[in-house]
Amino acid sequence: MSSVEARGLTHTYSKGTPFERTAIDSLTFQIPAGDFVGIIGHTGSGKSTLVQHLNGLMKPTAGSVLIGGKDIWAKPDEIRALRFEVGLCFQYPEYQLFEETVYKDIAFGPGNMGLSEQEIDARVREAAALCGVADELLERSPFELSGGQKRRVAIAGVLAMRPKVLIMDEPTAGLDPRGREDILEQVGRYHRESGATVLLVSHSMEDVARYAKSVLVLEKGRLAMQGSVAEVFREEERLSALHLGIPQVTSIFRRLRAMGFDLPEDVFTVEQGEALLRPLLEGGRDA
Amino acid sequence: MRDITMGQYFPGNTVIHKMDARTKLLAVLCYIIELFFVKTLAGFALMAVALFAAIAVSTIPFKMVARSVKPILILLAFTAILNLFYTDGDPLFRIWKLTATWQGLELGVFMMVRIALLIMGSSLLTYTTSPILLTDAMERLMSPLKALKVPVGELAMMMTVAMRFIPVLVEETDKIMSAQKARGADFESGGVLKRAKALVPILVPLFVSSFHRAEELAVAMECRCYHTDRPRSRLKSTVMGARDYVMLALMALLFAAILFGTNRILWTFIPTV
Repeated sequence: MSSVEARGLTHTYSKGTPFERTAIDSLTFQIPAGDFVGIIGHTGSGKSTLVQHLNGLMKPTAGSVLIGGKDIWAKPDEIRALRFEVGLCFQYPEYQLFEETVYKDIAFGPGNMGLSEQEIDARVREAAALCGVADELLERSPFELSGGQKRRVAIAGVLAMRPKVLIMDEPTAGLDPRGREDILEQVGRYHRESGATVLLVSHSMEDVARYAKSVLVLEKGRLAMQGSVAEVFREEERLSALHLGIPQVTSIFRRLRAMGFDLPEDVFTVEQGEALLRPLLEGGRDA
Repeated sequence: MRDITMGQYFPGNTVIHKMDARTKLLAVLCYIIELFFVKTLAGFALMAVALFAAIAVSTIPFKMVARSVKPILILLAFTAILNLFYTDGDPLFRIWKLTATWQGLELGVFMMVRIALLIMGSSLLTYTTSPILLTDAMERLMSPLKALKVPVGELAMMMTVAMRFIPVLVEETDKIMSAQKARGADFESGGVLKRAKALVPILVPLFVSSFHRAEELAVAMECRCYHTDRPRSRLKSTVMGARDYVMLALMALLFAAILFGTNRILWTFIPTV
């Protein structure tokens, strides 16, 4: 549980060459400890660059990042210790697998932390269980697994470090609907059980609406909007100007309202929608 | 990793960019051969002026071209020092048992300038020519070798694929390194053995994905009926124009100036020859 803060965070690639490009530009925001934040933005809006700054993989060309109130670049020697505190799971994390067995691969992070053997073992088993990696898979080679299984193993490798801040860069890209839901459920469970701050980068408005409490919207490297899920998804026009949508169910409810039905605007998940519509429909049948 | 500039292409719209890749390849080859014929300071000055003129025309920042020499600075210094001490001639100064000579100094400086110009000249070629055009040019220049059963087409295809995938592999290495660093991997500290071991988490995933990519590429090529034993046509076939012949003529002129001009003037800095 650590807060995440950015102050005037800027990164320019290839400074001083014809390829110079500012990927993120003076980002300033505050995420309180224990929050679950969705980060959305069109392709190339700077989401991936942003998240790599939060655990010190990239160094800002201007501005600063504060984790738990402390500037992460105040002591450059301790940047490695910070990465155990801020776990970052990249897009398509299954490409990072390299060990002979699934067990050893999940143990790579905790091993780098210098933990005792028992502690590593406990963490590997805990993370594997949390991510739905069955016990009998632990001694198999990660390269024999299916795509979805590899993804879980890779995510378990990050969770095994028990980060206080967990950043997931599109964890569900390329998975089938069932796999998507499983992985997001597991992230949600980690958030609830550990109280960690979670940042979820996603293209799916449905996923963000369902799991996140607040939302950051990026546009061309700048912070376009920030607020609670309800505050952000209320502004359909602004979002669509940024080439982003709102959850389908929200747009259905908005349209129903426009047609004159007395329904709330703030409906973001199918379950919420069902709870509201079912009584009306069933009531209608009785009448 | 992103700082690798050798072989990077800077798109542009100058005469040098638009010149046929074959001309540029021949011109650079010619320039390199000429560099080894140069024997005098005047000759090197002429060669440098020729290169700087070409750089100016190409509008590539001089800084970028000069940067290509950076990776070989140690090699340059080493060559100069070897030449300085291991050439017989008039003594200049002594350190311990080694005697530096005037002739050594001259040879050392000449060798340094020669290598630096060579690298800068070839980097100008890769800065102004896209890799695809370059391999295409190599294929066409080598095509007479087909008569000798040299598999020119296959060689060119392999070169194209290799060049095409350098940036992909660099990017992939970057990504994998970041992912492992995020799990606390440490590539910067420890002894040789520890550092070598630290490479395993990068190399294994890199190999796995390279094999994957090779397989996918082969399937994609076969789906489009790629065959090495059939003649292949081109979408954009280039024709040599006036600017190409002018360039080649200029290179010949430069060669003549070196052989019959500057090499005849004994303008060197050896006091008495």
